[in-house]
Amino acid sequence: MSRTSHSRAAKAFQEDRNNAVWHDETLWMVRQKRDKLSHNIPEWEDLRHTARDIKLYSTSHLPELIEEFEKNAKANGCYVHFAKDAKEYREIIENILKEHGAKKLVKSKSMLSEECELNEHLINHGIDVIETDLGERILQLMDAKPSHIVLPAIHIKRERVGKLFEEKLGTEENNYDPTYLTHQARKALRQDFLNADAGMTGANFAIAETGEVVVCTNEGNADMGMSCQNINITAFGIDKLVPSRESVGVFTRLLARSATGQPITTYTSHFGRPHEGGEQHFILVDNGRSEILGMEQHRKTLNCIRCGACMNTCPVYRRSGGYSYSYFIPGPIGINLGMLKDPRKFSGNVSGCTLCFSCSYVCPVMVDLGEQIYVWRQKLHDLGVANQEKKTMSDGMKFIMEKPKLFNSALKMAPMANHAPRFLLYNGLNKWGQDRELPRFANESFNSWWKRTHKNNK
Amino acid sequence: MKIGLFIPCYINAVYPNVGIACYELLKSFGYDVEYPLDQTCCGQPMANGGYEQDSRKLAERFEDLFSDYEYVVGPSASCVAFVRENYSRLLNHECKTEKSLYDITEFLYDIVKPESFPTPFPHKVSVHNSCHGVRELGLSAASELTVPYFNKIRSLLERVPEITVFEPTRIDECCGFGGLYSVEEPEISACMGRDKIGDHMHTGAEFITGADSSCLMHMQGVIDREKLPIQTIHFLEILTGQKI
Repeated sequence: MSRTSHSRAAKAFQEDRNNAVWHDETLWMVRQKRDKLSHNIPEWEDLRHTARDIKLYSTSHLPELIEEFEKNAKANGCYVHFAKDAKEYREIIENILKEHGAKKLVKSKSMLSEECELNEHLINHGIDVIETDLGERILQLMDAKPSHIVLPAIHIKRERVGKLFEEKLGTEENNYDPTYLTHQARKALRQDFLNADAGMTGANFAIAETGEVVVCTNEGNADMGMSCQNINITAFGIDKLVPSRESVGVFTRLLARSATGQPITTYTSHFGRPHEGGEQHFILVDNGRSEILGMEQHRKTLNCIRCGACMNTCPVYRRSGGYSYSYFIPGPIGINLGMLKDPRKFSGNVSGCTLCFSCSYVCPVMVDLGEQIYVWRQKLHDLGVANQEKKTMSDGMKFIMEKPKLFNSALKMAPMANHAPRFLLYNGLNKWGQDRELPRFANESFNSWWKRTHKNNK
Repeated sequence: MKIGLFIPCYINAVYPNVGIACYELLKSFGYDVEYPLDQTCCGQPMANGGYEQDSRKLAERFEDLFSDYEYVVGPSASCVAFVRENYSRLLNHECKTEKSLYDITEFLYDIVKPESFPTPFPHKVSVHNSCHGVRELGLSAASELTVPYFNKIRSLLERVPEITVFEPTRIDECCGFGGLYSVEEPEISACMGRDKIGDHMHTGAEFITGADSSCLMHMQGVIDREKLPIQTIHFLEILTGQKI
């Protein structure tokens, strides 16, 4: 069977068996931590429903919320910009930095900046960009991309980090102690925080009623970047808007528990005003989001709070790794977001799902992830990207199953396959037989048994 | 009261014993069971593969065959879930069978409510909580939700004398079958199967049992290839005391 991009990459990931086992177990551990905490909250399911309702309210009242946010942010002395796409987003940031002659930007983790390819753009325009989230910094030094949205470097073992730091930060040889390595990264980053010209962060939530944003980190790097610099930029998708501080309380209870199995992130910071003499810029980015709002079957993807729980629970993601997906966001939510971004380009991910629906059940904001993947599968044919052999198999099944007489004679013939020579059954064409024995047909089907034992019945 | 017996295609061809067990159980509780001939497939394999339009005619025929029965009962959680979740939408009208159709597990647990089963099964079994059984039919408490523990299959099995029932550590993780997924991503599918069987074996069980023959078929394929010291058995075969 011709392979999808995901299937090929998944196969390759499995070739390093030990690493694949380690990847699966590491992320399963996170899922278990999440279970332990969520099961301790009796009102967890109510929280999920409330969170979903707030999100659905917010995304269906975006114009009002955006207007309210803008009014309040401006009243707080902040600048508010709007970017309709990635290009505008990049240019707004570039212009702010150029206006102030900024040469170095310290940045806390933002998947939006990955989505809009900000770093490459700024670096090409002579601006030094430093990622300050430890995982992101490791990846930046390796010139690699995140393989998970919350645990971006989860696929990298500490020995590799030690080697990398030896080379890039001049740390001790063969010292892979996580505490040591973290301290070294911290020491180096401290210099970047002190010497940068501007600080930037994404946002977990943007609150309309107060015109402020909320950023959750475990390392305090967003706070460092935003506090040490006078020029602050916060950019976020319009799907991050929520009505009130009170509603944020619902999400913060769900977010860290779902993401990493922590009761709350170490830092939940609200940024709403510029420093004295400084500037706070907010950039509200559409980049395709309002289009998703118009798609009834897929609208709920905008509920996503980017916790990554769907990745940790996905049995396919855990065994195929983040890079097996061709879209920059992997896992169940990534399959869906990729299809929304460019269905032809990213259709190779749609095979990476057994439709087990664990993602839909784990999702704290009740995005129907598995159900949406099912819907995308139905569209592949019309998009011209369906697997031809799968279509042939489906056609064959339809042909037989629609004709009970044919089906019944097939049932009678089928046991002959049990005696077919092995090379006929097990060869390159039979993907089932690659790692599994074929089921054996019964000598007497249920139909035949029924007819034999119920001769006088119909 | 007449029950229409729904026997999915692969049970018809590969696991007729499961169908017979389903029929005999229903008979043993005094129900009048009819098997409308000319059943084939519910259409799930095509639909999950992305060709749900290929199952429309099958949905129409299913509705024709079964709409007159007060209850329709079938021994496959996944197929039952497919009919219930999709037929009305596929046919653009409300289907009677969406409401009358039960998986045998639900039917036994919620409607028949037998106190015990007569034949002892002096073995250790590990329950395979299949994805569609758990998350579409609610046969057990999904591990992702914070709901009190329950498991209808386990509860029924525990009414069999001399049985010991376990559940794996990753209590309801997918076994990797997924219909056409098993051939579209064969490496991950088989890997999930091996992992799942390992988890079942770790309980010390001699049998993997459950309400979905499709998962069991996939796992048995791996067991046979790897020559693992465990085997699969549908839980109805245990409840009816079929010879192993």
